[in-house]
Amino acid sequence: MLDRLGEDGKVLAGGQSLIPLMKLRFAAPAALVDINRVPGLDQITEEGGGLRIGALVRHKACERSQVLRGRFGVLHDVAPLISDPIVRNLGTVAGSLAHADPQGDWASALLAAGAEVVARSAAGERTIPLDELLKGPFTTVLEPNEIVTEVRVPDPGSRAGGTYRKLERKVGDFATVGVAVHVSLADGSVARAGIALTAVGPINFRATAAEQALLDGGFGDEAIGAAARLAADAAEPRSDLRGSADYKRGVVRIFTERALHQVARSVRGEG
Amino acid sequence: MAETEAHVQSIEVVVNGERRAAEVEPRMLLVHFLRGELGLTGTHIGCDTTSCGACTVLLDGVPIKSCTMFAVQASGRGVTTVEGLRRDGALHPIQQGFKEEHGLQCGFCTPGMMLVSAALLEENPNPSEEEIRWALSGNICRCTGYQNIVKAVHWAARTMQSEQASEGVESELAAEGAA
Repeated sequence: MLDRLGEDGKVLAGGQSLIPLMKLRFAAPAALVDINRVPGLDQITEEGGGLRIGALVRHKACERSQVLRGRFGVLHDVAPLISDPIVRNLGTVAGSLAHADPQGDWASALLAAGAEVVARSAAGERTIPLDELLKGPFTTVLEPNEIVTEVRVPDPGSRAGGTYRKLERKVGDFATVGVAVHVSLADGSVARAGIALTAVGPINFRATAAEQALLDGGFGDEAIGAAARLAADAAEPRSDLRGSADYKRGVVRIFTERALHQVARSVRGEG
Repeated sequence: MAETEAHVQSIEVVVNGERRAAEVEPRMLLVHFLRGELGLTGTHIGCDTTSCGACTVLLDGVPIKSCTMFAVQASGRGVTTVEGLRRDGALHPIQQGFKEEHGLQCGFCTPGMMLVSAALLEENPNPSEEEIRWALSGNICRCTGYQNIVKAVHWAARTMQSEQASEGVESELAAEGAA
């Protein structure tokens, strides 16, 4: 059906971003394809140590999921910070990614976790790393005839943890700044580090230099401090009604530092 | 192409326990269906931008913003509006609580507040103040400062629990009587 509709068609999942956009006439799709009654898309499944999050998994399901605690803490912690409780009953994880609002929180959490999306069209299926999915504000590499069927999160190993910090003026507001961290340890050193930033650039993006500082320097206070400074350097915030660029850059540094300390304590078993 | 032409769709929604069939334009919002087609004007349109929660209704028991869902999406499902809160002709404890604790001033946000609160108490019969405030954080009130709304929810929680406790005692007594 999406093949036939081309640019005129739009997939409707939770509708909590698309319907507001349509009301503002920023989006005016001639046809909506409602996937809400498609069976089998609303499950969070553990597979090979990783996760598969179906296209109709709502934010609320993530908030309540026991599977997302601990090793996937970044996903557990971001869920209750999405919009407000009523919106979370309908909005979906995959829909947030396809919507690609740079002030959205899911993309950062899932970038930090190294996720990829599965996109399907009548012609076939492909997996797209999240780094490659996001092209610009509200723009992805998805073709008009493609639908995200699931989000895949790789196995972070047994000693892993993460969290999400969000500064918002009030519940339901978009992030002034958001920082996602997700770290895996193996044999006493940092095996994988994911640090991704929200609302401080044209898209959600990974602070790769900050990640490297942890891979090189370990998970001690010094490396964490360095990573926090590098994350702040990577941010490209703009001054707006939510705060000045300098202020936001400062928040990135502080949030990165606090989040990493929190994760360091939890993966070392210090609570 | 055929799909892009405006046409009406048949829907059937169970609203406050009553089956309601209608022909609607596919882009009609649920809130407009409830207010305009069914005359259930207790569901308010506040911001129309998914922010304020005044239009909240329960979809199969779960709070959703009826300004951010199409009526066709509710087809085959159950919707509860504020008009459906009454039980056996009497006020729902949450309605009674808003009355007892003066949980409203202008009343515009009240239907949404009460529906979210009723859903919360279904799930969590004894919520803390913090849990109540988080649950209601998607509903904006410009009058009360929220204090009395929180008190109203506590009032309803206490009342529902003591109702249940007395029902329990009654059924125990009935069981003893039978034995």
